[in-house]
Amino acid sequence: MEGDSVKLLGFWGSPAVLRVKWALAVKGIEYQYVEEDLSNKSDMLLKYNPVYKKVPVLVHQGKPLAESLLILEYIDETWKQNPLLPHSPYERAQARFWSKFVDDKCMPTVVAAFSKVGEEQQKAAEEARENLKRLEVGLEGKRFFGGDNIGFVDIAIGWLPYWIGIAEEVVAINLIDAESMPKLNSWFHAFIDIPIIKELLPPRHKLLPHTKAFLQA
Amino acid sequence: MSMYIAKSRLSYIHTNIHRTQEIVCSQIQLFNMTPKILSKDICGRSWNTARCYILDPFVSLACRKTKSEVKLLGAWPSPFVMRARIALNIKSVSYEFLEETFQPKSPLLLDSNPVYKKVPVLINQDKPICESLIIVQYVDDVWSSGPSILPSEPYDRAIARFWATYLDDKWYPTLRSVRGAKGEDDRKKLITEVGEGLTLLEDALNKTSRGKDFFGGDQIGYLDIAFGCFLGWLRVTESLTGVKLLDQVKTPCLVKWAERFCAHGAVKDVMPQTEKLVEFAKMLMAKMAASTPN
Repeated sequence: MEGDSVKLLGFWGSPAVLRVKWALAVKGIEYQYVEEDLSNKSDMLLKYNPVYKKVPVLVHQGKPLAESLLILEYIDETWKQNPLLPHSPYERAQARFWSKFVDDKCMPTVVAAFSKVGEEQQKAAEEARENLKRLEVGLEGKRFFGGDNIGFVDIAIGWLPYWIGIAEEVVAINLIDAESMPKLNSWFHAFIDIPIIKELLPPRHKLLPHTKAFLQA
Repeated sequence: MSMYIAKSRLSYIHTNIHRTQEIVCSQIQLFNMTPKILSKDICGRSWNTARCYILDPFVSLACRKTKSEVKLLGAWPSPFVMRARIALNIKSVSYEFLEETFQPKSPLLLDSNPVYKKVPVLINQDKPICESLIIVQYVDDVWSSGPSILPSEPYDRAIARFWATYLDDKWYPTLRSVRGAKGEDDRKKLITEVGEGLTLLEDALNKTSRGKDFFGGDQIGYLDIAFGCFLGWLRVTESLTGVKLLDQVKTPCLVKWAERFCAHGAVKDVMPQTEKLVEFAKMLMAKMAASTPN
Protein backbone atom coordinates (compact mmCIF):
# COMPACT_ATOMS: atom_id res chain seq x y z
CA MET A 1 0.00 0.00 0.00
CA GLU A 2 1.50 3.35 -0.94
CA GLY A 3 2.57 5.42 2.04
CA ASP A 4 2.55 2.28 4.14
CA SER A 5 6.19 1.42 3.46
CA VAL A 6 8.06 -0.57 6.02
CA LYS A 7 11.84 -0.59 6.23
CA LEU A 8 14.01 -2.50 8.65
CA LEU A 9 17.60 -1.52 9.35
CA GLY A 10 19.42 -4.55 10.72
CA PHE A 11 22.46 -6.71 11.08
CA TRP A 12 22.40 -10.40 10.16
CA GLY A 13 23.96 -11.53 13.47
CA SER A 14 21.78 -9.47 15.81
CA PRO A 15 19.24 -11.30 18.00
CA ALA A 16 17.32 -8.06 18.52
CA VAL A 17 16.90 -7.70 14.76
CA LEU A 18 15.85 -11.35 14.48
CA ARG A 19 12.96 -10.69 16.89
CA VAL A 20 11.64 -7.98 14.61
CA LYS A 21 12.05 -10.15 11.49
CA TRP A 22 10.08 -12.93 13.20
CA ALA A 23 7.31 -10.53 14.25
CA LEU A 24 7.00 -9.11 10.73
CA ALA A 25 6.93 -12.66 9.32
CA VAL A 26 4.19 -13.79 11.73
CA LYS A 27 2.11 -10.77 10.73
CA GLY A 28 2.83 -11.29 7.04
CA ILE A 29 4.23 -7.77 6.57
CA GLU A 30 6.37 -7.02 3.56
CA TYR A 31 9.31 -4.77 4.16
CA GLN A 32 12.57 -3.54 2.74
CA TYR A 33 15.55 -4.87 4.63
CA VAL A 34 18.73 -2.79 4.87
CA GLU A 35 21.86 -4.54 6.13
CA GLU A 36 24.02 -2.23 8.23
CA ASP A 37 27.78 -2.43 8.52
CA LEU A 38 28.11 -1.87 12.25
CA SER A 39 31.77 -0.92 11.94
CA ASN A 40 30.76 1.86 9.55
CA LYS A 41 27.24 2.94 10.50
CA SER A 42 25.20 4.58 7.80
CA ASP A 43 24.00 8.18 7.96
CA MET A 44 20.50 6.79 7.83
CA LEU A 45 21.01 4.74 11.00
CA LEU A 46 22.60 7.64 12.84
CA LYS A 47 19.74 9.90 11.78
CA TYR A 48 17.02 7.43 12.70
CA ASN A 49 18.51 6.30 16.03
CA PRO A 50 20.61 9.19 17.35
CA VAL A 51 20.22 8.13 20.99
CA TYR A 52 21.58 4.59 20.76
CA LYS A 53 22.89 4.38 17.14
CA LYS A 54 21.92 0.69 17.10
CA VAL A 55 19.91 -1.78 15.09
CA PRO A 56 17.13 -2.71 14.73
CA VAL A 57 15.37 0.40 13.53
CA LEU A 58 11.92 0.02 12.03
CA VAL A 59 10.80 2.82 9.74
CA HIS A 60 7.07 2.88 9.03
CA GLN A 61 5.52 5.62 6.92
CA GLY A 62 8.79 7.52 7.27
CA LYS A 63 8.72 7.40 11.09
CA PRO A 64 11.60 5.60 12.81
CA LEU A 65 11.42 3.42 15.91
CA ALA A 66 14.24 1.88 17.91
CA GLU A 67 14.50 -0.78 20.66
CA SER A 68 13.34 -4.23 19.62
CA LEU A 69 10.77 -4.97 22.36
CA LEU A 70 9.08 -1.61 21.70
CA ILE A 71 9.13 -2.33 17.99
CA LEU A 72 7.41 -5.65 18.67
CA GLU A 73 4.64 -3.88 20.61
CA TYR A 74 4.29 -1.32 17.81
CA ILE A 75 4.01 -4.05 15.19
CA ASP A 76 1.39 -5.84 17.29
CA GLU A 77 -0.67 -2.67 17.78
CA THR A 78 -0.44 -1.52 14.16
CA TRP A 79 -1.17 -4.81 12.39
CA LYS A 80 -3.97 -6.61 14.20
CA GLN A 81 -3.79 -10.03 12.51
CA ASN A 82 -2.14 -12.91 14.42
CA PRO A 83 -1.94 -11.05 17.74
CA LEU A 84 1.36 -11.44 19.56
CA LEU A 85 0.39 -10.19 23.01
CA PRO A 86 -2.33 -12.08 24.91
CA HIS A 87 -5.74 -10.55 25.42
CA SER A 88 -5.97 -10.35 29.22
CA PRO A 89 -4.19 -7.48 31.03
CA TYR A 90 -2.58 -9.86 33.53
CA GLU A 91 -1.25 -12.16 30.79
CA ARG A 92 0.03 -9.12 28.90
CA ALA A 93 1.88 -7.95 32.01
CA GLN A 94 3.38 -11.43 32.37
CA ALA A 95 4.49 -11.43 28.71
CA ARG A 96 6.19 -8.05 29.12
CA PHE A 97 7.77 -9.22 32.36
CA TRP A 98 9.36 -12.39 30.94
CA SER A 99 10.59 -10.63 27.80
CA LYS A 100 12.29 -7.93 29.85
CA PHE A 101 13.63 -10.54 32.30
CA VAL A 102 15.50 -12.26 29.48
CA ASP A 103 17.09 -8.99 28.36
CA ASP A 104 17.86 -7.64 31.82
CA LYS A 105 18.82 -10.76 33.76
CA CYS A 106 19.24 -13.86 31.57
CA MET A 107 21.33 -12.39 28.81
CA PRO A 108 24.05 -10.75 30.97
CA THR A 109 24.48 -13.91 33.04
CA VAL A 110 24.57 -16.10 29.92
CA VAL A 111 27.20 -13.88 28.30
CA ALA A 112 29.20 -13.91 31.54
CA ALA A 113 29.00 -17.71 31.70
CA PHE A 114 30.55 -17.94 28.25
CA SER A 115 33.12 -15.16 28.53
CA LYS A 116 34.54 -15.54 32.04
CA VAL A 117 36.97 -18.19 33.24
CA GLY A 118 37.60 -20.32 36.31
CA GLU A 119 35.52 -19.81 39.43
CA GLU A 120 33.84 -16.67 38.07
CA GLN A 121 32.64 -18.70 35.13
CA GLN A 122 31.22 -21.45 37.35
CA LYS A 123 29.36 -18.88 39.41
CA ALA A 124 28.03 -17.10 36.30
CA ALA A 125 26.92 -20.44 34.80
CA GLU A 126 25.04 -21.31 38.00
CA GLU A 127 23.29 -17.95 37.94
CA ALA A 128 22.52 -18.30 34.24
CA ARG A 129 20.97 -21.73 34.78
CA GLU A 130 18.87 -20.41 37.68
CA ASN A 131 17.59 -17.58 35.51
CA LEU A 132 16.81 -19.89 32.60
CA LYS A 133 15.03 -22.33 34.88
CA ARG A 134 12.75 -19.50 36.05
CA LEU A 135 11.43 -19.11 32.53
CA GLU A 136 9.73 -22.50 32.86
CA VAL A 137 7.11 -20.80 35.06
CA GLY A 138 5.86 -19.08 31.94
CA LEU A 139 5.49 -22.41 30.14
CA GLU A 140 3.32 -24.09 32.79
CA GLY A 141 0.85 -26.33 30.96
CA LYS A 142 1.60 -24.73 27.60
CA ARG A 143 3.39 -25.75 24.43
CA PHE A 144 4.60 -22.20 23.79
CA PHE A 145 4.71 -19.11 25.97
CA GLY A 146 1.88 -17.84 23.80
CA GLY A 147 -0.20 -20.99 24.42
CA ASP A 148 -0.98 -23.28 21.47
CA ASN A 149 0.61 -20.81 19.09
CA ILE A 150 3.72 -18.68 19.38
CA GLY A 151 3.28 -15.21 20.81
CA PHE A 152 5.17 -12.20 22.07
CA VAL A 153 7.43 -13.97 24.53
CA ASP A 154 8.33 -16.80 22.15
CA ILE A 155 9.43 -14.27 19.53
CA ALA A 156 11.18 -12.08 22.10
CA ILE A 157 13.23 -14.83 23.70
CA GLY A 158 13.40 -17.64 21.13
CA TRP A 159 16.81 -16.47 19.95
CA LEU A 160 18.45 -17.18 23.31
CA PRO A 161 18.56 -20.99 23.26
CA TYR A 162 19.78 -20.87 19.64
CA TRP A 163 22.64 -18.56 20.56
CA ILE A 164 23.40 -20.61 23.67
CA GLY A 165 23.60 -23.76 21.52
CA ILE A 166 26.18 -22.07 19.31
CA ALA A 167 28.15 -20.60 22.21
CA GLU A 168 28.27 -24.07 23.80
CA GLU A 169 30.32 -25.14 20.76
CA VAL A 170 32.83 -22.38 21.47
CA VAL A 171 33.01 -22.72 25.23
CA ALA A 172 32.42 -26.10 26.86
CA ILE A 173 29.63 -25.15 29.22
CA ASN A 174 26.16 -26.65 29.17
CA LEU A 175 23.39 -24.28 30.17
CA ILE A 176 20.16 -25.79 28.85
CA ASP A 177 19.77 -29.52 29.15
CA ALA A 178 16.79 -31.78 28.76
CA GLU A 179 17.06 -33.14 32.29
CA SER A 180 17.20 -29.99 34.38
CA MET A 181 15.01 -27.84 32.09
CA PRO A 182 12.69 -30.21 30.28
CA LYS A 183 9.97 -27.66 29.54
CA LEU A 184 12.39 -25.05 28.23
CA ASN A 185 14.18 -27.67 26.15
CA SER A 186 11.03 -29.04 24.47
CA TRP A 187 9.67 -25.53 23.97
CA PHE A 188 12.83 -24.50 22.16
CA HIS A 189 12.81 -27.50 19.83
CA ALA A 190 9.16 -26.96 18.98
CA PHE A 191 9.79 -23.24 18.38
CA ILE A 192 12.82 -23.66 16.16
CA ASP A 193 10.97 -26.23 14.03
CA ILE A 194 8.35 -23.74 12.90
CA PRO A 195 9.14 -22.95 9.25
CA ILE A 196 8.92 -19.12 9.42
CA ILE A 197 11.12 -19.19 12.51
CA LYS A 198 13.67 -21.64 11.12
CA GLU A 199 14.11 -19.92 7.75
CA LEU A 200 15.04 -16.59 9.36
CA LEU A 201 17.71 -17.97 11.70
CA PRO A 202 21.22 -16.77 10.95
CA PRO A 203 23.09 -19.80 9.56
CA ARG A 204 25.22 -21.69 12.05
CA HIS A 205 28.31 -21.64 9.86
CA LYS A 206 28.30 -17.82 9.94
CA LEU A 207 27.14 -17.38 13.51
CA LEU A 208 29.73 -19.71 15.02
CA PRO A 209 32.84 -17.68 14.09
CA HIS A 210 30.96 -14.47 14.80
CA THR A 211 30.02 -15.65 18.31
CA LYS A 212 33.55 -16.92 18.91
CA ALA A 213 34.95 -13.47 18.06
CA PHE A 214 32.38 -11.80 20.29
CA LEU A 215 33.08 -14.00 23.30
CA GLN A 216 36.82 -13.82 22.98
CA ALA A 217 36.94 -10.05 22.53
CA MET B 1 -23.52 -3.57 55.97
CA SER B 2 -22.58 -7.01 54.75
CA MET B 3 -19.04 -6.59 56.13
CA TYR B 4 -20.52 -5.96 59.59
CA ILE B 5 -22.76 -8.97 59.30
CA ALA B 6 -19.84 -11.03 58.01
CA LYS B 7 -17.73 -9.98 61.00
CA SER B 8 -20.36 -10.94 63.52
CA ARG B 9 -21.04 -14.20 61.69
CA LEU B 10 -17.37 -15.02 61.70
CA SER B 11 -17.12 -14.14 65.38
CA TYR B 12 -19.89 -16.62 66.02
CA ILE B 13 -18.21 -19.22 63.89
CA HIS B 14 -14.91 -18.62 65.62
CA THR B 15 -16.32 -19.16 69.09
CA ASN B 16 -18.15 -22.26 67.94
CA ILE B 17 -15.22 -23.55 66.03
CA HIS B 18 -15.58 -27.24 66.62
CA ARG B 19 -19.13 -27.33 65.41
CA THR B 20 -18.10 -25.32 62.38
CA GLN B 21 -15.43 -27.78 61.43
CA GLU B 22 -18.08 -30.44 61.17
CA ILE B 23 -20.25 -28.30 58.94
CA VAL B 24 -17.45 -27.47 56.60
CA CYS B 25 -15.70 -29.13 53.78
CA SER B 26 -16.81 -30.58 50.54
CA GLN B 27 -18.52 -27.26 49.98
CA ILE B 28 -17.57 -24.89 47.23
CA GLN B 29 -14.17 -23.41 47.72
CA LEU B 30 -14.56 -19.87 48.91
CA PHE B 31 -12.87 -18.04 46.05
CA ASN B 32 -9.63 -19.72 47.07
CA MET B 33 -9.49 -17.75 50.27
CA THR B 34 -7.71 -19.47 53.10
CA PRO B 35 -8.77 -19.03 56.72
CA LYS B 36 -5.63 -16.97 57.31
CA ILE B 37 -6.87 -14.31 54.91
CA LEU B 38 -10.40 -14.50 56.20
CA SER B 39 -9.28 -14.03 59.75
CA LYS B 40 -6.81 -11.23 59.17
CA ASP B 41 -8.88 -9.20 56.80
CA ILE B 42 -12.28 -9.64 58.25
CA CYS B 43 -12.13 -10.97 61.74
CA GLY B 44 -8.70 -9.94 62.93
CA ARG B 45 -8.24 -13.15 64.81
CA SER B 46 -6.08 -16.06 63.96
CA TRP B 47 -7.86 -19.22 63.02
CA ASN B 48 -6.02 -22.23 64.23
CA THR B 49 -7.94 -24.86 62.41
CA ALA B 50 -7.27 -26.86 59.36
CA ARG B 51 -8.58 -25.38 56.15
CA CYS B 52 -12.30 -24.83 56.22
CA TYR B 53 -14.53 -23.66 53.52
CA ILE B 54 -17.54 -21.79 54.67
CA LEU B 55 -20.72 -21.50 52.81
CA ASP B 56 -22.21 -18.45 54.42
CA PRO B 57 -23.63 -15.84 52.07
CA PHE B 58 -22.48 -12.76 54.01
CA VAL B 59 -19.03 -14.14 54.60
CA SER B 60 -18.87 -15.07 50.93
CA LEU B 61 -19.82 -11.58 49.89
CA ALA B 62 -17.36 -10.01 52.28
CA CYS B 63 -14.63 -12.28 50.99
CA ARG B 64 -15.52 -11.43 47.43
CA LYS B 65 -15.06 -7.76 48.28
CA THR B 66 -11.80 -8.43 50.09
CA LYS B 67 -10.59 -10.57 47.21
CA SER B 68 -11.02 -7.69 44.75
CA GLU B 69 -8.96 -5.41 46.96
CA VAL B 70 -5.95 -3.87 45.33
CA LYS B 71 -2.71 -3.78 47.28
CA LEU B 72 0.52 -2.02 46.47
CA LEU B 73 3.69 -3.11 48.15
CA GLY B 74 6.10 -0.19 48.16
CA ALA B 75 8.46 2.23 49.88
CA TRP B 76 7.98 5.97 50.26
CA PRO B 77 11.37 7.07 48.82
CA SER B 78 11.09 4.90 45.71
CA PRO B 79 10.39 6.74 42.44
CA PHE B 80 9.32 3.44 40.89
CA VAL B 81 6.68 2.93 43.56
CA MET B 82 5.49 6.47 42.91
CA ARG B 83 4.78 5.55 39.30
CA ALA B 84 2.34 2.86 40.37
CA ARG B 85 0.65 5.21 42.87
CA ILE B 86 0.18 7.96 40.31
CA ALA B 87 -1.30 5.50 37.82
CA LEU B 88 -3.76 4.19 40.42
CA ASN B 89 -4.66 7.76 41.42
CA ILE B 90 -5.33 8.75 37.80
CA LYS B 91 -7.79 5.89 37.58
CA SER B 92 -9.26 6.67 41.04
CA VAL B 93 -8.56 3.12 42.20
CA SER B 94 -8.71 2.56 45.97
CA TYR B 95 -5.84 0.49 47.16
CA GLU B 96 -4.09 -0.54 50.31
CA PHE B 97 -0.51 0.72 50.50
CA LEU B 98 1.83 -1.64 52.31
CA GLU B 99 5.14 -0.03 53.30
CA GLU B 100 7.86 -2.63 52.85
CA THR B 101 10.19 -3.06 55.80
CA PHE B 102 13.22 -4.35 53.84
CA GLN B 103 15.40 -5.43 56.73
CA PRO B 104 14.68 -8.23 56.27
CA LYS B 105 12.54 -8.29 53.13
CA SER B 106 9.00 -9.33 54.01
CA PRO B 107 7.61 -12.79 53.13
CA LEU B 108 4.99 -11.01 51.02
CA LEU B 109 7.68 -9.32 48.93
CA LEU B 110 9.72 -12.50 48.52
CA ASP B 111 6.60 -14.49 47.57
CA SER B 112 5.13 -11.97 45.18
CA ASN B 113 8.38 -10.95 43.48
CA PRO B 114 10.72 -13.93 43.72
CA VAL B 115 12.66 -12.90 40.60
CA TYR B 116 13.73 -9.39 41.58
CA LYS B 117 12.61 -9.15 45.24
CA LYS B 118 11.94 -5.44 44.68
CA VAL B 119 9.16 -2.91 45.08
CA PRO B 120 6.74 -1.92 43.69
CA VAL B 121 4.55 -4.99 43.50
CA LEU B 122 0.90 -4.50 42.64
CA ILE B 123 -1.37 -7.25 43.91
CA ASN B 124 -4.77 -7.36 42.25
CA GLN B 125 -7.14 -10.22 43.07
CA ASP B 126 -4.19 -12.02 44.67
CA LYS B 127 -2.15 -11.85 41.45
CA PRO B 128 1.16 -9.99 41.67
CA ILE B 129 2.43 -7.69 38.94
CA CYS B 130 6.05 -6.51 39.11
CA GLU B 131 8.19 -3.84 37.43
CA SER B 132 6.88 -0.29 37.60
CA LEU B 133 6.38 0.41 33.89
CA ILE B 134 4.63 -2.93 33.47
CA ILE B 135 2.39 -2.05 36.43
CA VAL B 136 1.50 1.32 34.89
CA GLN B 137 0.53 -0.36 31.61
CA TYR B 138 -1.42 -3.02 33.48
CA VAL B 139 -3.35 -0.36 35.43
CA ASP B 140 -4.13 1.40 32.14
CA ASP B 141 -5.33 -1.90 30.63
CA VAL B 142 -7.48 -3.02 33.57
CA TRP B 143 -9.17 0.25 34.47
CA SER B 144 -9.80 1.19 30.88
CA SER B 145 -12.85 3.35 31.62
CA GLY B 146 -10.72 5.89 33.49
CA PRO B 147 -8.55 8.58 31.80
CA SER B 148 -6.02 6.96 29.44
CA ILE B 149 -2.42 6.80 30.52
CA LEU B 150 -0.81 5.65 27.28
CA PRO B 151 -1.43 7.66 24.11
CA SER B 152 -4.00 6.27 21.70
CA GLU B 153 -1.84 6.07 18.55
CA PRO B 154 0.64 3.17 18.23
CA TYR B 155 3.51 5.45 17.16
CA ASP B 156 2.96 7.87 20.05
CA ARG B 157 2.78 4.89 22.43
CA ALA B 158 6.06 3.59 21.07
CA ILE B 159 7.73 6.98 21.53
CA ALA B 160 6.45 7.25 25.11
CA ARG B 161 7.75 3.75 25.84
CA PHE B 162 11.06 4.57 24.19
CA TRP B 163 11.75 7.54 26.44
CA ALA B 164 10.54 5.69 29.53
CA THR B 165 12.97 2.87 28.79
CA TYR B 166 15.73 5.42 28.12
CA LEU B 167 15.06 6.96 31.53
CA ASP B 168 15.31 3.60 33.28
CA ASP B 169 18.23 2.16 31.31
CA LYS B 170 20.39 5.23 30.85
CA TRP B 171 19.37 8.50 32.48
CA TYR B 172 18.39 7.49 36.01
CA PRO B 173 21.38 5.18 36.56
CA THR B 174 23.62 8.12 35.54
CA LEU B 175 21.79 10.43 37.96
CA ARG B 176 22.20 7.91 40.77
CA SER B 177 25.89 7.50 40.14
CA VAL B 178 26.47 11.26 40.55
CA ARG B 179 26.00 10.81 44.31
CA GLY B 180 28.59 8.02 44.43
CA ALA B 181 31.05 9.69 42.05
CA LYS B 182 34.71 9.19 42.85
CA GLY B 183 36.36 12.56 42.52
CA GLU B 184 35.41 15.89 41.02
CA ASP B 185 36.25 14.97 37.41
CA ASP B 186 34.07 11.90 37.51
CA ARG B 187 31.23 13.89 39.07
CA LYS B 188 31.50 16.64 36.41
CA LYS B 189 31.42 14.06 33.62
CA LEU B 190 28.30 12.39 35.04
CA ILE B 191 26.57 15.73 35.61
CA THR B 192 27.25 16.63 31.97
CA GLU B 193 25.68 13.34 30.89
CA VAL B 194 22.61 13.97 33.04
CA GLY B 195 22.34 17.43 31.47
CA GLU B 196 22.59 15.97 27.94
CA GLY B 197 19.80 13.57 28.78
CA LEU B 198 17.64 16.44 30.00
CA THR B 199 18.22 18.25 26.72
CA LEU B 200 16.95 15.18 24.87
CA LEU B 201 13.90 15.10 27.14
CA GLU B 202 13.25 18.83 26.61
CA ASP B 203 13.17 18.08 22.92
CA ALA B 204 10.90 15.07 23.46
CA LEU B 205 8.54 17.22 25.53
CA ASN B 206 8.27 19.80 22.76
CA LYS B 207 7.52 17.09 20.22
CA THR B 208 5.05 14.94 22.16
CA SER B 209 3.14 17.62 24.06
CA ARG B 210 2.19 19.41 20.84
CA GLY B 211 2.10 22.69 22.74
CA LYS B 212 0.11 21.34 25.68
CA ASP B 213 1.09 21.10 29.36
CA PHE B 214 2.36 17.55 29.61
CA PHE B 215 4.17 14.86 27.60
CA GLY B 216 0.75 13.23 27.43
CA GLY B 217 -0.93 16.43 26.16
CA ASP B 218 -3.68 17.99 28.30
CA GLN B 219 -3.38 15.36 30.97
CA ILE B 220 -0.43 13.53 32.49
CA GLY B 221 0.36 10.30 30.72
CA TYR B 222 2.81 7.46 30.63
CA LEU B 223 5.95 9.48 29.98
CA ASP B 224 4.99 12.19 32.50
CA ILE B 225 4.69 9.43 35.11
CA ALA B 226 7.87 7.65 34.00
CA PHE B 227 9.95 10.85 34.18
CA GLY B 228 8.13 12.88 36.84
CA CYS B 229 8.74 10.25 39.51
CA PHE B 230 12.46 11.11 39.35
CA LEU B 231 11.99 14.83 40.09
CA GLY B 232 12.42 14.31 43.84
CA TRP B 233 15.75 12.55 43.40
CA LEU B 234 16.80 15.07 40.76
CA ARG B 235 16.32 17.81 43.36
CA VAL B 236 18.25 15.77 45.92
CA THR B 237 21.18 15.57 43.51
CA GLU B 238 20.95 19.32 42.88
CA SER B 239 20.94 19.94 46.60
CA LEU B 240 23.89 17.65 47.34
CA THR B 241 26.06 18.84 44.43
CA GLY B 242 25.05 22.50 44.39
CA VAL B 243 24.49 22.20 40.63
CA LYS B 244 21.22 23.21 38.98
CA LEU B 245 20.37 20.36 36.62
CA LEU B 246 16.90 21.39 35.52
CA ASP B 247 17.53 24.99 34.60
CA GLN B 248 15.55 27.82 33.12
CA VAL B 249 18.07 28.52 30.37
CA LYS B 250 18.76 25.06 28.97
CA THR B 251 15.47 23.31 29.72
CA PRO B 252 12.78 26.00 30.15
CA CYS B 253 9.88 23.78 29.10
CA LEU B 254 10.90 21.02 31.49
CA VAL B 255 11.08 23.52 34.35
CA LYS B 256 7.46 24.59 33.75
CA TRP B 257 6.39 21.00 33.19
CA ALA B 258 7.99 19.92 36.48
CA GLU B 259 6.01 22.53 38.42
CA ARG B 260 2.76 21.50 36.78
CA PHE B 261 3.47 17.81 37.30
CA CYS B 262 4.24 18.16 40.99
CA ALA B 263 1.09 20.22 41.54
CA HIS B 264 -1.14 17.69 39.79
CA GLY B 265 -3.86 16.08 41.87
CA ALA B 266 -2.68 12.55 41.17
CA VAL B 267 0.91 13.40 42.10
CA LYS B 268 1.14 15.88 44.94
CA ASP B 269 0.18 13.53 47.77
CA VAL B 270 2.59 10.82 46.71
CA MET B 271 5.61 12.98 45.85
CA PRO B 272 7.95 12.81 48.85
CA GLN B 273 9.29 16.12 50.17
CA THR B 274 12.78 16.89 48.92
CA GLU B 275 14.07 17.56 52.48
CA LYS B 276 12.98 14.10 53.60
CA LEU B 277 14.65 12.54 50.56
CA VAL B 278 17.87 14.48 51.21
CA GLU B 279 17.93 13.15 54.78
CA PHE B 280 17.27 9.66 53.49
CA ALA B 281 20.03 9.98 50.87
CA LYS B 282 22.52 11.17 53.48
CA MET B 283 21.63 8.22 55.66
CA LEU B 284 22.16 5.81 52.74
CA MET B 285 25.49 7.41 51.86
CA ALA B 286 26.64 7.16 55.48
CA LYS B 287 25.66 3.49 55.57
CA MET B 288 27.58 2.83 52.36
CA ALA B 289 30.65 4.66 53.62
CA ALA B 290 30.53 2.67 56.86
CA SER B 291 30.33 -0.67 55.06
CA THR B 292 33.02 0.09 52.47
CA PRO B 293 36.38 -1.36 53.52
CA ASN B 294 39.31 1.08 53.71
